[in-house]
Parts: sequence; C-alpha cells; structure tokens
Amino acid sequence: MIPVKAFEPKIIGFLCNWCSYAGADKAGGAQEAYPPNVQVIRVMCSGRVDPQFILSSLANGADGVIVLACHPGDCHYKEGNCRALQRHSMLLLLLEQLGIEKERYRLDYVSAGEGEKFAQVITEMVESVRALGPLSVAQESID
Amino acid sequence: MHQKPKLAVYWAASCGGCEIAVVNLHEKILDVDAALDFMFCPCLMDTKKKDIEALPDRAIAVTLFNGALRTEENVEMAHLLRKKSQILIAFGSCAKGGCIPALANFTTKEELLNSVYRDNPSVDNPAAIIPSGTTTFPEGDMHLPALLGRVRHLAQEVDVDYYIPGCPPESHQIWNVIETILSGDLPPKGRTIGCGTLTVCDDCDRTKEEKRIPAFRRTYEFYPDPKTCLLEQGLLCMGIATRNGCGAPCTKANMPCTGCYGAPEGIPDQGAKMVAALGSIMDIGDTTGLSEEAIAGKVDEFLKTIPDYAGLFYKYSLASSTLGGRVGMGGEQNGTHHN
Repeated sequence: MIPVKAFEPKIIGFLCNWCSYAGADKAGGAQEAYPPNVQVIRVMCSGRVDPQFILSSLANGADGVIVLACHPGDCHYKEGNCRALQRHSMLLLLLEQLGIEKERYRLDYVSAGEGEKFAQVITEMVESVRALGPLSVAQESID
Repeated sequence: MHQKPKLAVYWAASCGGCEIAVVNLHEKILDVDAALDFMFCPCLMDTKKKDIEALPDRAIAVTLFNGALRTEENVEMAHLLRKKSQILIAFGSCAKGGCIPALANFTTKEELLNSVYRDNPSVDNPAAIIPSGTTTFPEGDMHLPALLGRVRHLAQEVDVDYYIPGCPPESHQIWNVIETILSGDLPPKGRTIGCGTLTVCDDCDRTKEEKRIPAFRRTYEFYPDPKTCLLEQGLLCMGIATRNGCGAPCTKANMPCTGCYGAPEGIPDQGAKMVAALGSIMDIGDTTGLSEEAIAGKVDEFLKTIPDYAGLFYKYSLASSTLGGRVGMGGEQNGTHHN
C-alpha cells in the first residue's frame, strides 16, 4: 500500500530586496528554524508586486501567497510599501468574493534585522494554510 | 450566378444588444447586404437551426457569435457554427469574456437557481419547482437544455478566430471589421479586432493631472465636473484598465467607464490592473506615528465606500479572468470540454 502523503502547502513569498529579503538572510544566518514551504521571489520593492502575480500564483498551484515589506516609513522608495498595503487590502476584498480565504494571502512587515520575526511569520503562514488544506482552482480557469 | 459570402449573427446567453449594435450600422446595413448574404440571425430573421445543419461545412464565410455559454444548447450551437463557418468571431463582451451572464460565476449553480426560482421575494412558487429536464404536456414533451456548472466564454469551448470587444461593440467598429474582412487583408488569427490596443484614457479628452484620491465616490453622490478626469474626482472609472477603441462615449456623457472593452492588449486580468492602479492613487492621509494596525484600519475604512469590488472590476470579464469565478465550485458539470 502506498502511504497517503500529508498535505504540504505550497506558498509563494514575494520579499522586498531592502528589508524582508535581508531579514530572511538574517534568519538563515542565525539558523532560525522555519518550514521550507515558501518559495521566495525577491522583488526590488513590495510595491512592485502586481496583483496579477498573486492571482496567477493562486491559479497555478500555490495554496497561499505572502508579501513581506519594509515597515511603514522605512520603504527604500518612500511609499512602495504603502501601495502594497493598499493593494493587499483591496485584493483581499476581491479574493473573498472569489471564495479564497484571507489566510491564503498575507502581507506583513519584516525589517533587515528581524530574522526571528521572519521565521515566526513564515511559520504562522504555513500553519494557517496547512489548516485550510489545498486550494483547488478549476483547471479550465487557468490561462 | 456569383454567390455572396454568407454572414451569420448568432446569440447565445445574451441580451440582444449586440444585434442592436449591428442594426445601428443604419444605412450601412445596406452595404453589408450588398456585399454579404446576411442569412442567419434568430433575432432578426426566420432561418432555423435545421437550415444551418443542412449547409455544407465551412459554408458560412463569417459568423459573429455573441453571448456567453450558459446552457448545453449554447454549447451545441457554438460547435455547429464553428463547423459551418470559415471565420468564427467572438462578438461582444459575453462571447469574449462572459460579461454580465458570467457574474453568476460568483455563486454556485444551485445558489443561482434558488435565488431565481425560490428565495426571490417576487416569486410565488409554493411547490419550489425549478424548471429543468423534460416536462410532459398534452401537446407533447418539452425539453429544457441543462445549465452548465459555470458560465463560459466562447473560446473555452471552440476555436475562435477573432474577438471583438464591447457591450455592445460600437457600430463604427463593427463596420471597420466588416470592411477589413471584405478587403481580404485579415489580421493574424487570435487577435482582438475592432478596437485599439491602449486604454480608454487615450480616447478620453478630459484633463488629466496628478492622481491622489482622498475618497472613492459613487455616481449618485454628486454631479462630476465635465472637464476633469473622473478618476481624479473619486469615481472608479475603469478607463485606466480598459481597452480603447470605443471613443469614450461614457466619459463624454459624464459617466465613468465601466470597462466593457475588457483589458488592454497583453493584460490578462482587468481586475488585477484596477487594484494595482487604485492602490497607488488612494490617499489615506497622514499616517505619521500610527501603528501598523491603525494604518491598515485606515485603509479598510477608505475601502468601505464600494460594496462590490469584484463585481465592479469583473463586470465584463469574469469568465476570462485569471480565476474565472469563485473557486472551489469548479467546472465540474462542464462535461463537454473539447479544447
């Protein structure tokens, strides 16, 4: 008998180059333990994350998406993270109408020094998506 | 005798507006008639399905197929007309992206039928009957085609040669397409024609300046200034994320664009682009010294003005959007998928 594999969430993480990606490095350097379910994509700014990236990720097999930004006031480009927050809040309302739970799409702030917070946010994200189970988007809706 | 090429106009799940747009060619309809044998259009003439079935394959030069695919009958006609046509055009927003009928994809088929036939306050249906299947009458059996699990657009079912956007397509653009077809100089297959490639803002002659919106407003709340960009006045004008070519008649009439020409060239999802654009022009005011929670709260408060973002942004394109509708309800009953 083939053992049934436990569900492992697939999560896409968009990390800002200046804060959160450095925060992830810090977590790695400090050997913080966190689940390996997040595939990290480094972007120059959380404001660069087009809502299309989120929808495409969810439509193409991701069970969740996390965007990590600089803390408010710390953005390298002044207001990219504000834009990211405003888009995130609006897109959450859209996703709710499209039947996607809000736990599957998270925005949080991780600075370059917050390795511990990075590990904690990633752990929380993975566990909340694990609790929801896999996301099934009808195959035919995928371009 | 030389036979004129045949033109068909068919409606699936649609309102009839696309046919009105064809008739709105006014006297040019005579030129259409002079050049083409307008031989099938259930809205305007009496040709029957069996007459189409009797034609040899590819006998129709051009079919303008409007309407989304809601029922098995729509699917059957899509296949029949694909087989009988040389050029099949998804005509109008329903055939191109699902349009209004596809808003049903925000709910399940069961929820839809319940709200139409059972829970609607204006419906008196004590036996809770939902019309479906075959019903026997003294005169014989009546068969209703089944609803698909989800509303689909034409290209999800059959091979489509061209797309013409619009709800309905503007008549001058229909004429442009007919002229192009008659010229024989056809664009590459799969193109969206009878439109531009940029956004409605390009057609709109209002004054556009720095965009910072202190609040979203709705059309019933105030009379917008007729010269200034409607978006700058707080109205959620979809022109920034909508393909041009219509000539911006709505903004000329002081109404915001609702997005009927769909996403501009190369953009897969109109809603995503609206979120991207609005997210960068919302002005929630000074946030100095506020906690992260308080800032998020201010954004949520700002967004409360609009009750239905998804319905607003995907009014014309839900079936062809990235997610296609509410997830988890699947395309399970769409057994006739041939792509």
